[in-house]
Amino acid sequence: MREIHVSKITDTVAHLCIEACYNLGDDVKALLQKAMQWETSPHGKNILGQLLKNLSIAHELQLPICQDTGMAVVFLEIGQDVHIVGGDLYEAVHEGVRRGYAKGYLRKSVLSPITRINTGDNTPAVIHTEIVPGDKLRITVAPKGFGSENMSQLKMLKPSDGLEGVKEFILQTVIDAGGNPCPPIIVGVGIGGTMEKAAYMAKKALLRPAGQHSPDPIIARLEEEMLHAINDTGIGPQGLGGTVTALAVHIETYPTHIAGLPVAVNIQCHAARHSQALL
Amino acid sequence: MKATKFFHAPVIRDELESLKTGDTVYLRGSIITARDAAHRRIYQLLQEGKPLPIELKDQAIYYAGPCPARPGLVIGSCGPTTSSRMDVYTPLLLECGLKAMIGKGPRSARVIESMVKHGAVYLAAVGGAGALIASCIKKVEIVAFEDLGPEAVYRMEVEDMPLVVAIDTKGNNLYEMGPRQFRRS
Repeated sequence: MREIHVSKITDTVAHLCIEACYNLGDDVKALLQKAMQWETSPHGKNILGQLLKNLSIAHELQLPICQDTGMAVVFLEIGQDVHIVGGDLYEAVHEGVRRGYAKGYLRKSVLSPITRINTGDNTPAVIHTEIVPGDKLRITVAPKGFGSENMSQLKMLKPSDGLEGVKEFILQTVIDAGGNPCPPIIVGVGIGGTMEKAAYMAKKALLRPAGQHSPDPIIARLEEEMLHAINDTGIGPQGLGGTVTALAVHIETYPTHIAGLPVAVNIQCHAARHSQALL
Repeated sequence: MKATKFFHAPVIRDELESLKTGDTVYLRGSIITARDAAHRRIYQLLQEGKPLPIELKDQAIYYAGPCPARPGLVIGSCGPTTSSRMDVYTPLLLECGLKAMIGKGPRSARVIESMVKHGAVYLAAVGGAGALIASCIKKVEIVAFEDLGPEAVYRMEVEDMPLVVAIDTKGNNLYEMGPRQFRRS
C-alpha cells in the first residue's frame, strides 16, 4: 500500500483553491476567444472583450477572476492501493479549503441553510470520493459560484417523454435561466441512473476540459445539437442578446430503471474553474 | 449598441432621464453595495418604520459582495451578483427614493413597473468581471451591517465603471429586446 499523509492533501487542496480562482483554464479561455469571432451582437462582443480583459487583470494583480469564489466542490479519486495516514481525510480537505480561502483572499460564502450565519472560513467543502484502480490520489477542486448553481434543475422524466423530452428539458432549463447565470455558460447534463446519480453526473460533466465531446459518438452528436439549439435562443452574453449563449454542452449518461428517465442540468458560468493535482 | 455616456451617482435627475436602454455608460461617483442579507434587513427596518443606517434617496445600489482586499489594494474582486434575488425587496426601496440599481440578469415585471412609476434605471455590469470592476473602485468603507461580512453595506467611490443601461426609466427592457433580436428558433 502506498501511503499518503493528510498534510500533503491539505497543502494541495489549499493551493488548488487559489489556483482555480485566480487563473481560468486555457480550455475556457480558448472558447471565450473563439466566441469573440462568432458573436455578432456589439454588446455581446464588448462583454466578451471585458471578460478576456478581466482574466489578464486578475492574473496581473493576483485577484480572483470572480468575487463569487464559490462553495468548494472537491473530487477525490482514491486509488484502491492508497493508504491515507496521519488523520481524517475529510478534515484534511476542509482544512485545505480553510487555508486556501484565507491565504488567497477569497470570499467566504458558506453559511448555515437554517440560520444563514456564515461559517467564516468557507468550510465545509462538498466532497465527492470515488475509489479507482491504482496507487494514486487525484484531487480536483472546482469552486462553484451560485449565480449559475441556482439556475440548475433536475427532473424525473417519464420513459414516454423519450429523448425529445430530454432535449426539451435541457433547453427549457437554459431559457428559464436566461441572463441570470452569467452566460456564456457551460451546460453539464446527467441522463439516467437515479436522482442523485443524474445530479452527480451533471456536476462531473463540468470537469471535462471545456468543449471536449463525449467519447460516445451518439452523445457527442447530442452535445453538438444541444449547443446549437441553446445558441439559437438569442440569450447571448449576460442575457443582453447575442449569438453565444453557451460555450459547450457536456453530457454524461448511465443506465436507468425501466420506469424512469432522470435528467439533471447543472449550469456553469463562464468562470468554469477546476484545478487538479495527482498525488 | 447606442450612445456612450458618463453617469454620476448619487444620481442627477436630468442625466437619469437621458439614459436610454442599450446605452453604454461609465459610472462615476459614490455608490452603496447591498445584496441578499442587507436587503432583508433594510426591508425589515422599513416595514417596521425604523430609521435606516443609510440614505436611499437618489442613491445607486450595487448588488455585490466583494472578496477581501489583499494588502495594498483597495478591494478584492467585486463583480455584480444576480439581481433577481433582490426583486422581492426592490419596490419598497424605490418608493424610498432609490434611483439606480447595478447588477446582472433580468428583473421581475413588478420591479420594472415600480421603476417606471418612480423613475429609476437598472444598469448591467458584466457578471464574472470582478477583477476588472475592482480596478474601477478607488475608495471603500463599510457603512452598515459589518457583521454580515461579505454581505455588509459598503460605500464605494468608483471611476468609469463600465455598464449597460438594461432597463431605462420608461421600462424598456434589454433582457427582452436583446434576445428577441438574436433569436433564430
